[in-house]
Amino acid sequence: MLKKIVSILIVLILGAAVAFFVFKSEPKLNPNFATENSFFKNSPFRLGLDLSGGSHLIYKADVSAVPAGQVSVSMDALRDVIERRVNLFGVSEPVVQVQNSGFISGEEEKLIVDLPGVTDVEKATVMIGQTPLLEFKIEAPKDTPRNATIDKDGKVTLDTSLQFVSTELTGRYLKKATLDFDQTTSEPKVSLQFDDTGTKLFAQITKDNIGKMVAIYLDGAPISTPVVREEIPNGQAVISGSFTPTEGKQLVGRLNSGALPVPITLLSRQTIGATLGGNAVDAGVKAAIIGFLIVALFLILWYRLPGFIAVLALCIYITMMLALFKLLPVTLTAAGIAGFIISIGIAVDANILIFERLKEELHSGHNISDAVSAGFHRAWSSIRDSNFSTIISAMIFFWFGTPLIKGFALTLGMGVLVSMFSAIMISRIFLSGLFFIGEGKIARFLFSSGFSK
Amino acid sequence: MFIIKHKKIFLIISAILVLSSVVLLFVFGLKVGIDFKGGALTEVVYKESRPIQSDLDSQFKTLDLGSVLIQPTGELGYIVKSIDLNETQHALLLKTLSQDDKSPLEEKSFNSIGPSVGKELTRKAIIAIVLVSLGIILFIAFAFRKVSKPISSWKYGLMAVVSLLHDVIIPIGLFTIMSRFYGAEVDTLFVVAALTILGLSVSDTIVIFDRIRENLRNKTGESFSETVGKSLDQSYMRSIFTSLTVIIVLLSLFFFGPESTKYFALMLTAGMFFGTYSSIFLASPLLVLIEELQVKKQAKK
Repeated sequence: MLKKIVSILIVLILGAAVAFFVFKSEPKLNPNFATENSFFKNSPFRLGLDLSGGSHLIYKADVSAVPAGQVSVSMDALRDVIERRVNLFGVSEPVVQVQNSGFISGEEEKLIVDLPGVTDVEKATVMIGQTPLLEFKIEAPKDTPRNATIDKDGKVTLDTSLQFVSTELTGRYLKKATLDFDQTTSEPKVSLQFDDTGTKLFAQITKDNIGKMVAIYLDGAPISTPVVREEIPNGQAVISGSFTPTEGKQLVGRLNSGALPVPITLLSRQTIGATLGGNAVDAGVKAAIIGFLIVALFLILWYRLPGFIAVLALCIYITMMLALFKLLPVTLTAAGIAGFIISIGIAVDANILIFERLKEELHSGHNISDAVSAGFHRAWSSIRDSNFSTIISAMIFFWFGTPLIKGFALTLGMGVLVSMFSAIMISRIFLSGLFFIGEGKIARFLFSSGFSK
Repeated sequence: MFIIKHKKIFLIISAILVLSSVVLLFVFGLKVGIDFKGGALTEVVYKESRPIQSDLDSQFKTLDLGSVLIQPTGELGYIVKSIDLNETQHALLLKTLSQDDKSPLEEKSFNSIGPSVGKELTRKAIIAIVLVSLGIILFIAFAFRKVSKPISSWKYGLMAVVSLLHDVIIPIGLFTIMSRFYGAEVDTLFVVAALTILGLSVSDTIVIFDRIRENLRNKTGESFSETVGKSLDQSYMRSIFTSLTVIIVLLSLFFFGPESTKYFALMLTAGMFFGTYSSIFLASPLLVLIEELQVKKQAKK
């Protein structure tokens, strides 16, 4: 008896604590949010791009030049570079992900870039595309066929693209770039320092090509084609070309923020304006509140006391879910909110299964306390079965989904699991604590449902 | 017992609904959205007044942007559908829409999906459909693994699958109407809605079948049809109420929720509704019908 009361108190206190956390950490609800400590401040709801506004970009990476075993390393390097590039522009919480090729995702290596708050697609793509692609190429073997064109004046133009062949050395292996001025001509020049791997590669390239040209390509065009005089073992190279000090300075900045290890092209772009996203959030919250109120009203009117308890359990369920969204954290999208709202409906299902069973047990002559425990016991297999297929679907959606679908799958799947817990544990603790109500007429009335007296 | 007595009426209603959905699907077809076929969708809102649509249409004809479809949205906005656009094409589109900045506008959303991404999504959707269907069939097989009399267990499974198809086909039929008259398009959310219906519908049917088998074990009722009738009497309220709460929240999502999930909510509502309908009025009457045919067959022998 005491044990039951203590359990109820524990559940209520824990529920209140979770609700308190959600309230404290939500700037829209808490008037003193600015003065809260960092734990509360750092637990906002994380909104997806479709709700917060921003851009979602999908790039294809051309890895045809990368040796097979190196693809995933290059892709990770690409991600790091783009991440640095995006951070440089002060985007808050950007997400840059690699999507490797495979049976499910297709043959292309992709890079997915989420830029919250950036609604100007043009600016966003320029921001990423600006990163230079630095390549070092060596002279092709003498017998390589070359495309030469002769124009009508008889001038022969050699197609330089076949004159040089790519090497493994790219901007990926760059440690840093600095701007210098030639001491004699005072022309601007860019000094490059390679990292360890780059130094080895560069030493090998220069060793093998003494007396030959090494071409430095920037974004696919040769900017400098110096002749190698000797092996360079210290990993230092110099680009001198026809650029102004300002251009040189820009180039250094771009090189330092990271050169792209592989070329990329934009496949798809999605931008959502901040107002549209904000409206979607408001609409989602409104739909959730209205849906919850109608369900709560229905439960109390139809199922009376157990219905009231179910509403209490539902409140605890909702605060638990909200706290999980904040703490895990779960990125909420419009579809994710839809999944959560649907899960509110499903969470009630388990309670209804239990109450209907409970009613049957009461009809068949059990007393209230026995009926409660039998109701829970016998409804369990139905609850498990009716949620099982939803969990299967949610898991499959989560594996194969786009971010939109993942959001839905995650909130729905979590919702089903948490709601099973809340229906079984929380409702049960509450209901079995109601023994003091006795077996009188009023008690029977409160435990009945519908139009019966 | 009412339902079992008049089972033919309910079976005919279901058959008509399914048939008309299939006919609608073939007559109207489904519009495939840019998620799967690639393309661009631009939504703009004008700050002062919206230019006349035909002016913009004729403007776009002179440009090299392929076919551009303009639809009014809200009081001051347009939704523009086109092929997938690169940066320069996108800038050109905005410039044309704003009539060289004479009609200032705000771009509310822009979504451009290249054909290869569309293909990837299509492949993913197909894999998801196959896996979910497989998972659900395995689940049905598992749920009905115990043989029971007088109807063999695989027939329960078969009926669950029949009502499953019923529950998915009717909402798709409804969607073709939405597609035809309100421009709803098949996107990833449509696929998710269809697959979620599969999951929700099967569980509803299984719960009722479980009840039937429990009553068969306890020898409730004289004949098979009476047992099924009693099982339905015991569980239809429960079935209706569990769906009702989900339908309440779905309708709330449809009426008050975000624009992007409106059709999604509507389709799920339809799926929930017919899922409940089929588990009470279709799956169980079908079981009785099968049993009656079985008895007739044996009598002939």
